[in-house]
Amino acid sequence: MIPPTFDYASPKSLSEAIGLLASRGEGAKVIAGGQSLIPLLKLRLASPSLLVDINRIHGLNRIEESGDSLRIGALTRMADVEASDLIMERYPIIHDASEVIGDPLVRNLGTVGGNVSHGDPNNDMPAVMLALGAAFVATGSAGERTIKAQDFFLDTFTVALNHDEILTEIRVPKSRPKSGGCYLKLEQKVADFATAGVAVQVRLIEGGECEEIGIGLTAVGPAAIKAKKAENWMRRKTWFDSRAVEELARLAAQEANPMTDIRGTAAYKRQVVARLVSRAFRRACKRAGGAL
Amino acid sequence: MPSSLAGRIPITVTVNGAKRAAEVEPRLLLVHFLREDLGLTGTHVGCDTSNCSACAVIMDGKVVKACTVLAVQAEGRDILTVEGLAKEDTLHPIQEAFLAKHGLQCGYCTPGMLMSAYALLKANSHPTEDDIRRGISGNICRCTGYAQIIESVQQAARNKK
Repeated sequence: MIPPTFDYASPKSLSEAIGLLASRGEGAKVIAGGQSLIPLLKLRLASPSLLVDINRIHGLNRIEESGDSLRIGALTRMADVEASDLIMERYPIIHDASEVIGDPLVRNLGTVGGNVSHGDPNNDMPAVMLALGAAFVATGSAGERTIKAQDFFLDTFTVALNHDEILTEIRVPKSRPKSGGCYLKLEQKVADFATAGVAVQVRLIEGGECEEIGIGLTAVGPAAIKAKKAENWMRRKTWFDSRAVEELARLAAQEANPMTDIRGTAAYKRQVVARLVSRAFRRACKRAGGAL
Repeated sequence: MPSSLAGRIPITVTVNGAKRAAEVEPRLLLVHFLREDLGLTGTHVGCDTSNCSACAVIMDGKVVKACTVLAVQAEGRDILTVEGLAKEDTLHPIQEAFLAKHGLQCGYCTPGMLMSAYALLKANSHPTEDDIRRGISGNICRCTGYAQIIESVQQAARNKK
């Protein structure tokens, strides 16, 4: 399959890239790892007039804790996230997702920023970022702004970036004591999209109470879903209260809005969400120091 | 630097150790550049939808799908294809292992399997079976059921010692 024709530029600086996006309007599209965009071009589901390749811009691929956050440069490859000791030890929920995105070849090129800003409800990082309460740094003609994850995923392939903005950094609240998270994905085969995916992040306090909880859902709606009702229900309840956890799972499944497709019926997918939520919640609590 | 707002773009790519220069359309995929411009047809087009990895090549040390990279993105980069594995008439130890352990039947996926195995063994010279299964999890084979491929990679790891 041959992509449609397009112009191509690979600027070396962010300002040059933003200038190109601003001057070419809606027809210009950023390409990072290309692992979602190139397949779309081949299927001719996307036909930008200009591709702005940001791979040669330096400084967009760090993973570091700084101030009160973990900062992940938008161009960081998924394979580098997967190999990061800092992420494995302190942000296991991100590590979980990095292992199940695409396949090893996709992860060598695919970027965290691309997985987030592509806006595909089947992508795994959006749910993780919703659960973590992350924020995204967008840099554009008007300067830099920060967008909360919960305000970012608007619709299928639609995120809160303006056409002249580039996602440059992902900021995750710094890991605190007694916190833990988990991402679980049911997939039919490696590199398939999720039948459903669930991200749960918790912080426990004395007595095993959930002080904070974030839940994100993958592939069960037009965009990644933050399961707010389920979160609210579980706050202040103890992690070992199994009836409360059953209700948590039921509420999250209710908040899911799946479609019947080749991966299963809507009703089946809700069941999958319920089971994954209770499993991911227990694993997150275990990682947060709640003993089983 | 490949930047153009119209027409073809000059690129220079190191392929199997040799610098190759060409002018290409931005939409040209790396796999078509290798096969059609350079005549290196060892790299196969399998699914053409980024699923099967028959087109796997090594780019700057990392295994990637040549059908999911633009040729212009390979500007200045170092590419290793299956043709670059053997030295003259001597097969690469990974190729020897696939031969010895019957790691192929129709052979269509083999170039991609070899490149994924190459990347895996570069990063991990003593892989467990699980490491190997994960390492080739992006490569689809429709003949072997993978058993002999896994044995081939295990044999290749022993060959390298």
